[in-house]
Amino acid sequence: MTAPHQDQHDTPVLEATGLSVGYDRQPVLRDLDLRIERGTVTTFLGANGCGKSTLLKAFGRVLKPQAGEVMLDGTPIRREPNRQVARKLAILPQSPVAPAGTSVLDLVMRGRNPHQSWAKPWTAEDAAVAEAAIAATGLTEVAHRDVTSLSGGQRQRAWIAMVVAQQAQTLLLDEPTTYLDLAHQLEVLRLVRRLNREQGSTIVMVLHDLSLAARYSDRLVVLHDGGVVADGTPHDVLTPALLEHAFGLHARVFPDPVTGAPMIVPEADEHDPVPSAPPEHTAPGARTEHTVPTKTEDVLASTANLG
Amino acid sequence: MSGAAVRSTGSTPGTTPGTMPGTTPETTAPGTPAPAARTPGRAGIRIGPVGLAWRPRVFWYTVGSLATVLVLIVIGTAVGSTWIAPGVVIRSLLGLESGPDAFIITTLRLPRVLTGALVGLTLGVAGALTQTFTRNPLGTPDIIGVTAGASVGAVAAIVLGGGTYSVSSLVLGGGIPVAATIGALVAAVLVYGLGWRGGVQSYRLVLVGIGVSATLDAVTSYLLVRAKITVATAASQWLVGSLSSTSWESVWPLLVVAVVAVPIALATSAALGIGQLGDEVATGVGLGVQRHRLLVIALAVVLTAAAVAAAGPVGFVAFVVPQVGLRLAGTNRPPLLLAGALGAVLVLAADLLSRSAFPWQVPVGIITTVIGAPYLIWLLVRHRKEMSR
Repeated sequence: MTAPHQDQHDTPVLEATGLSVGYDRQPVLRDLDLRIERGTVTTFLGANGCGKSTLLKAFGRVLKPQAGEVMLDGTPIRREPNRQVARKLAILPQSPVAPAGTSVLDLVMRGRNPHQSWAKPWTAEDAAVAEAAIAATGLTEVAHRDVTSLSGGQRQRAWIAMVVAQQAQTLLLDEPTTYLDLAHQLEVLRLVRRLNREQGSTIVMVLHDLSLAARYSDRLVVLHDGGVVADGTPHDVLTPALLEHAFGLHARVFPDPVTGAPMIVPEADEHDPVPSAPPEHTAPGARTEHTVPTKTEDVLASTANLG
Repeated sequence: MSGAAVRSTGSTPGTTPGTMPGTTPETTAPGTPAPAARTPGRAGIRIGPVGLAWRPRVFWYTVGSLATVLVLIVIGTAVGSTWIAPGVVIRSLLGLESGPDAFIITTLRLPRVLTGALVGLTLGVAGALTQTFTRNPLGTPDIIGVTAGASVGAVAAIVLGGGTYSVSSLVLGGGIPVAATIGALVAAVLVYGLGWRGGVQSYRLVLVGIGVSATLDAVTSYLLVRAKITVATAASQWLVGSLSSTSWESVWPLLVVAVVAVPIALATSAALGIGQLGDEVATGVGLGVQRHRLLVIALAVVLTAAAVAAAGPVGFVAFVVPQVGLRLAGTNRPPLLLAGALGAVLVLAADLLSRSAFPWQVPVGIITTVIGAPYLIWLLVRHRKEMSR
């Protein structure tokens, strides 16, 4: 806010320097440096307990660093008034719970809190923004319904609507797709992507599904053993060697036939049901379907030959 | 820049498809007119000029309860060893009457009735505060250790005071209320301090509060067991909660606390609603969670301490009244003022019963529990029927 407009494009939205963060004096992440660039979708990946949520919490000033600092737009985030930070940075924790009796509208209007004050308690603008956020998440029909009565996908969208109503440039989302079926996961991630593309929002999130993360992120940051082990585009980051190292996962990576984003296919172990050379797979060249790109076809062929 | 986009869609919903993600369904081609259902009546969402602060059900129940409080104050003052006509009562209350009836009313009966109303008000508001911030209907002010602390203080004053004083003389002399207040505040500071771990989590606070309360209750029991039987009886009477030894000296501190703390509590209402969403969400939308929590706890402690100092731990009010208010109002948390008004109604009604329905005076704390608990159970049963229908 205080920095001139041109400088804003040089300074990263969020920057961690020498960050050590954890619980009960036990650091989960040690001496970590990370910059989040404006207008990008960044996803933190890593095995359970690697500290990806912890890092997100430190970026969201929910968790106090043991050492180092988090800067938001070039100013230390913990030294700025909380309300002022909330106008620039919105956070959605993992599986948040709204008390019974809270309507979608009630919830979304909470997102207007950083824009309200004693002198300016509730304005028509707040109402308009809340309404637009509800429309944007496709919840207009259920705006007066109790959040607890909604389906998992709708509920998650209601929380995202609250974050959208906050009108912050940067959104931190901790596993926004947890407990959702695949269709609803896509729904949420597409919404997030649209916020990024159409409003230029900076998105930082934690996801578990590697293929979905690859598909919807500009940048992946993989955490392992208290630090960053890989950082870059999905294509650069998601390699079999990295998966082995960071997740202990023995897998192959193929471009997905629809978007070409890296797709993870775990290797079989001796108990997995692998077809033992079925006849139609023995001669890939004889296939009649040619709807998929050649590259993918090669991939399929090589998969078939594995058995 | 993004704000402008949101604002423009907000002011004319559905007319500028594409400026906000999702306003146009993916299947609709850009430029297609907005669906007809969207155009009239602001897309079916009604938001008043003051947001959702205006809730008719809360308002009318609160008005109704406050009116009931006034009626009960008049009736409570009229009823006694001699019946005084309500007309005379009202004129006396307004200072238009003089003579023996006015003396009985303003000097003898009014302090008791006002203390009852204020005890109910402060306990009701305190209960609504603690139940909201702990996000638990069982999160009464008791769990912060206030009641147990006040009990130790009061019982210690009674027992260690030598037992030469009667309870009423100690109350009049300020001994018990002061000791109870000190006990309440010390216990609350203890719970908050022991619950501190780079900040205070509600859950941890509840657990620490239960532990501290249990320890303090043991101290109270020890004092009672050690005391002479007459003294122990006097102390037990205090522990049940009673309005029988109240005077104007009990009204003033309560009134001051109520006048200062209740408006502050009402002002924290919006923050309470945000705090309910959990610490992370609350921080995310700009609430200073720890400062807010300290303020709420301090308010609850002061309100409860004042009530307990005046009348002893009147049972069940702080627990049951916010839950009743919650169900009457149909909100997501107990409305503060409604809880306070209902608290006053409950204590006044209970006191009226205790004085008139039995051949001897039953302590008000017993009646509040006997009325309050079944009413809550009835509400819960009715609610379950509604849910299953």
